[in-house]
Amino acid sequence: MNERWRRVASPLLTLAVLLLIWEAIVRFYTVPSYVLPAPSLVLTTLVADAGLLWSSLLVTLSITFEAFVLAALGGVGLAVAFSLWRPIERSLYPFAVILQVTPIVAIAPLLLIYLPQPLAVLACAWIVAFFPVLANTTLGLSSVDHNLLALFDLYKASRWQVLWNLKLPSALPQMLAGLRIAGGLSLIGAVVAEIAAGSAGAGSGLAYRIAESGYRLNIPRMFAALLLLSAAGVAIFFALSALSHLALRRWHESAVRRER
Amino acid sequence: MNPPGTKIVSLRNVGKTFESGTVALDGLSLDVHAGEFVSLLGPSGCGKSTALRIIAGLSVPSAGAVEWPFGDSKIGFVFQEPTLMPWADVAANVRLPLKLAHGDEAQAQIAVRQVIARVGLAEFAQSYPRELSGGMKMRTSIARALVTEPQLLLMDEPFAALDEITRFKLNNDLLRLWQDLRRTVIFVTHSVFESVYLSQRIVVMTPRPGRVFAEIAIPAPCPRDERFRTSAEYAGYCRQVAEALSKAMAGGGT
Repeated sequence: MNERWRRVASPLLTLAVLLLIWEAIVRFYTVPSYVLPAPSLVLTTLVADAGLLWSSLLVTLSITFEAFVLAALGGVGLAVAFSLWRPIERSLYPFAVILQVTPIVAIAPLLLIYLPQPLAVLACAWIVAFFPVLANTTLGLSSVDHNLLALFDLYKASRWQVLWNLKLPSALPQMLAGLRIAGGLSLIGAVVAEIAAGSAGAGSGLAYRIAESGYRLNIPRMFAALLLLSAAGVAIFFALSALSHLALRRWHESAVRRER
Repeated sequence: MNPPGTKIVSLRNVGKTFESGTVALDGLSLDVHAGEFVSLLGPSGCGKSTALRIIAGLSVPSAGAVEWPFGDSKIGFVFQEPTLMPWADVAANVRLPLKLAHGDEAQAQIAVRQVIARVGLAEFAQSYPRELSGGMKMRTSIARALVTEPQLLLMDEPFAALDEITRFKLNNDLLRLWQDLRRTVIFVTHSVFESVYLSQRIVVMTPRPGRVFAEIAIPAPCPRDERFRTSAEYAGYCRQVAEALSKAMAGGGT
């Protein structure tokens, strides 16, 4: 209990100290708010602009969520197709890698030309998020215990039985690890695409608010929006970690608490 | 079920050469009769596990043939490791072969419960593999092999990784199961003592490439128990088998 308390308390204490120093410096040197707003001002802006920021947050979150779901379906689906039909893996995997290593900031402007804006933003977020799901699930599907495979072979299991009863459950830990990464990346992809689209107008997500506030030198609002974005990222990470823990807690080493 | 004593499977000059060029088996011939307990004994790497996998149909011989005079038998296989699905509890692991065969659900339930009780794990049906000891995992593995009521049980050094106390206990339990169920068992081991304790017949194999070097009958009566393990009779058989094994290792011809 003491240990757990300390794990929560130490970073909070660090944060509090840093914020106090920040506040003190801004007040002492009377730094103008368009250079560096004090934490207290960021907080009051957050409250004052709550309506605006909240609706922007919802826009960004819904894009993130859609991209995440599509990345999960696409990544797992493609990994399953790869494991069932080797030729598909040989012909598609290199392109998945190319898509992954090309910086998304460079792809986004192109997508914005060819796709309507909401779709382009979604596509960007998806491109960034699907690869870790694909790569991790592929790894999981191909590292099944070979003796268990032999056992399924002995009992003349069909390909689908092997997939459903053996490969998918044994790939679950890696799949969940991939999803956890994809959650954060969906948010990053959505933000990058929104910023790229921002100059083209018509955006209303949090990233667009940050870009717009920047043009208007409304720095406190930039910080407030940034704060909301990191909070959203942290929430996504914890939600997916909790999901992973729930799914694995009965059997996987990573989720089992050992008494010492 | 075949009447005791009739041939259930024959290996005819079976050879196996792997893609790497390793010759695991060369001219292995062996008859196994219904109801008997046969051990394949040899040094590690002599191809005894390969022979077992060929009998199970998990590996294809590169020469010779496997003959089933009365048609294919149902086979149960026990690997060296327990080979359990970590995400499934004991009951679900044991039920797997029936599930893959799309059998009747209610009958499967009964069969699973019975076989789990038979290997002494009735209280652990809902436990997950990581909660079990090494011996209990192996019992689960044996229960899974038995749940389809196979006529032929193939065991690939199943107790090699267990401590001696657990191994002796499982040896006795296996002998009791074999006597109660009247199955045929082919048991691969590299332990002279274990093979003598369990078997009616021991097939001593040569180092790679594996062939039959000698067949030794162990006519000691069944049931056997811990007293047999310390008897002069047991020691005599062990000496006889150990001598054959060292001759086989030295590469001496028959």
